[in-house]
Amino acid sequence: MPETRARIGVFVCHCGKNIAGTVDVAKVAEQAARIPGVVYATHYEYMCSDPGQALLKRAIREHRLTGVVVAACSPTMHEDTFRKAAEEAGLNPYLVEIANIREQVSWVHSGPAATEKAVRVTRTMVAKVQGNRALRPAELGVVRRALVVGGGIAGIQAALDIANAGFDVILVERSPSIGGHMAQLSETFPTLDCSQCILTPKMVEVARHPRIRILAYSEVEEVSGFVGNYRVRIRKKPTFVDPSKCNLCGECARVCPVRVPNEFDRGLSTRTAIYIPFPQAIPSTYTLDVQNCLGILPLRCGKCAEVCEAKAIDFDMHEEILEEEVGAIVLATGYELYPKEAMAEYGYGTVPDVIDGLEFERLLSASGPTRGEIRRPSDGKVPKEVVFIQCSGSRDPEHHKPYCSKICCMYTAKHALLYRHAVPDGQAYVFYIDIRAGGKDYEEFVNRAMQEERILYIRGKVAKVFREGDKVVVWGVDTLTGKRVEVRADLVVLAQAVVPSPGTAELARKLRVACGSEGFLREAHPKLRPLEALTAGVFLAGAAQGPKDIPESVAQASGAAAKVIALLSAPKLAHAPEVAEVNEELCSGCGICAPQCPYGAISVDEVAHVNEILCEGCGTCVAACPSGAMTFRNVEDEQVLRMVRAALEVADVGV
Amino acid sequence: MSGFEPRVVAFLCRWCAAAGADLAGTNRLQYPPHAIPIRVNCSGRVEPQWVVEALKAGADGVLIGGCHPGDCHYVVGNYKTRRRVYLLRKVLEEMGIEPERVRLEWVSATEGGRFAQVMAEFVAELKRLGPLHEPGGPG
Repeated sequence: MPETRARIGVFVCHCGKNIAGTVDVAKVAEQAARIPGVVYATHYEYMCSDPGQALLKRAIREHRLTGVVVAACSPTMHEDTFRKAAEEAGLNPYLVEIANIREQVSWVHSGPAATEKAVRVTRTMVAKVQGNRALRPAELGVVRRALVVGGGIAGIQAALDIANAGFDVILVERSPSIGGHMAQLSETFPTLDCSQCILTPKMVEVARHPRIRILAYSEVEEVSGFVGNYRVRIRKKPTFVDPSKCNLCGECARVCPVRVPNEFDRGLSTRTAIYIPFPQAIPSTYTLDVQNCLGILPLRCGKCAEVCEAKAIDFDMHEEILEEEVGAIVLATGYELYPKEAMAEYGYGTVPDVIDGLEFERLLSASGPTRGEIRRPSDGKVPKEVVFIQCSGSRDPEHHKPYCSKICCMYTAKHALLYRHAVPDGQAYVFYIDIRAGGKDYEEFVNRAMQEERILYIRGKVAKVFREGDKVVVWGVDTLTGKRVEVRADLVVLAQAVVPSPGTAELARKLRVACGSEGFLREAHPKLRPLEALTAGVFLAGAAQGPKDIPESVAQASGAAAKVIALLSAPKLAHAPEVAEVNEELCSGCGICAPQCPYGAISVDEVAHVNEILCEGCGTCVAACPSGAMTFRNVEDEQVLRMVRAALEVADVGV
Repeated sequence: MSGFEPRVVAFLCRWCAAAGADLAGTNRLQYPPHAIPIRVNCSGRVEPQWVVEALKAGADGVLIGGCHPGDCHYVVGNYKTRRRVYLLRKVLEEMGIEPERVRLEWVSATEGGRFAQVMAEFVAELKRLGPLHEPGGPG
């Protein structure tokens, strides 16, 4: 047994009075010195200070220590400090353990019981370190290329930042063009910049960038591998138009006999089966929506190909599966609005003049179905009274979504303001619960809408929206006066809750990234690691992680890009060596372990194998192994049982 | 059982329960000192055998602390733990050991108060149950 030759050193920290004020640190050191195998035990005022670390290093050398326990604060604070110090003194860092006698002892207990617990906690960690082995982190190379999923503003920004740092980027977008929802917006709050005018230069930059490859009309099919070495299968749908030949003359669309609702205008206009989503689309080309085409197999119409002088239309184009290797992945899959079917109480889906915020954006947009004139869907009349309903589906845990969708207060103020600009004799009403305008120049913007544009803000929830004649009647309560309010409006705009875009959960599963209860991608830490997924090498940007406006999405995308650049710039990646390991002598190959693993790190042939790079070190497989073949480095069963016995030892603890 | 001070081992997952215990410390929340914490990466690493061995080695109770369902750092480790503890408690009951002596609790990294409360409740419960071992028994 190696531990008979163990030479353990124990260092008890006073942490000023933080520990020593409660715990008898001299007694803890004295008791530790009595443990068989402990050859050196001392206590010192601040172990983390330079002199404290020097003391540790000197003792390691002078006493030829084979293991160290520092009884001090939580290992989350200084485990790294002491492991690095030990390494400098020639001791493998994985032979250093922390006994937490501050957060879990001196700060929460008092009297002799605190000292007794400190002694037991220290003993327990001595028992652990006696079983520790020297470990080395595994090293792995990095594929210096990134994948960005989602071509909205967040994905665009992330792709540009990564590419500008000199790394190749594959930008995958599900629809025929990048641009995302930002391309659909009219103006942006609080500056009233034209959305397309500030977005399209970035789209062009992406298209021209020699390091960015856009895969539009494509979806991520499968992801395998691990940080630095992901393998991605991407399904590229056929567009039946060769973008290198298409000269955007538009003759094909002019002769196409099909009319289907135009997604870009959210169904407020129609498009043909062969179409370009919007004039500035990137890739700048037409796409044949084969599902709505009269038919290419066999060819039923073919008029588009007949008129295409550039001979760009190729009915033989077929789906491609592309396999790519990347080192890092940014998920920027964005948001969608809460479906209209869910808002029956607001007449959505049954009353044509009840629309959502993005539909109103299209009505406002100069490139929209009404060329920027506000005309309601039912009869094309200019609405003179418009009701905007905030928190439609948000902040309603009983019926809809419990969370605040964050952007609606601002875009509703913008909508109402732009409506008043377009229809100066119109009246706008806004039903709200609270106004949340926490952003630079946001509060001022809302005040401008209220005061300069005389928009009537009514605090209260709307109970019902229904059609009466050609009016849309809104019933609500003004909770400030307690009176019932009825507005006979011409148009109602619902600020629908922001929800993750469809397919987010499915993509998250492919990447083993967690989603929160509302389906948004979960960050590694809500405060300190908001840009990363818990899966190493996967980063988050934009509204896929939670409702966000444009500046926040851009900031997060640049942050995620910085993380990607740091990862791709590292010469080698180190992976923590405290992971599962198979004793092949004992393994029966039963395979019970493999489905326990959430990372797909275990493969089984005659025996099980752990990919130590994929293994994140939870140890769930170890606990499941019926033959004791699966073990965990430095948390072996034998070690834990010794720790348990040390913790419970009845022997006098000298207090 | 006046004067009985139970001995407890607490297996705490690194990401939630142990972090919650640290937060209880940072907030200086006092709780009974009976449990000796053993930190593991995931509650999913806790083997039923460890719990049995702890009870054999003199513990009057064993606490397992993990992340709330859906919050496991390792995605699903705590779900496995929940099943294992459920079965283990059944086995213990068959053996004539009160299943309440093995307690599974979800404590997040932000729930320092809850950690202190769980500790207080568990120690009180063990005091009510009395010692698992005869005086001079194992340990």
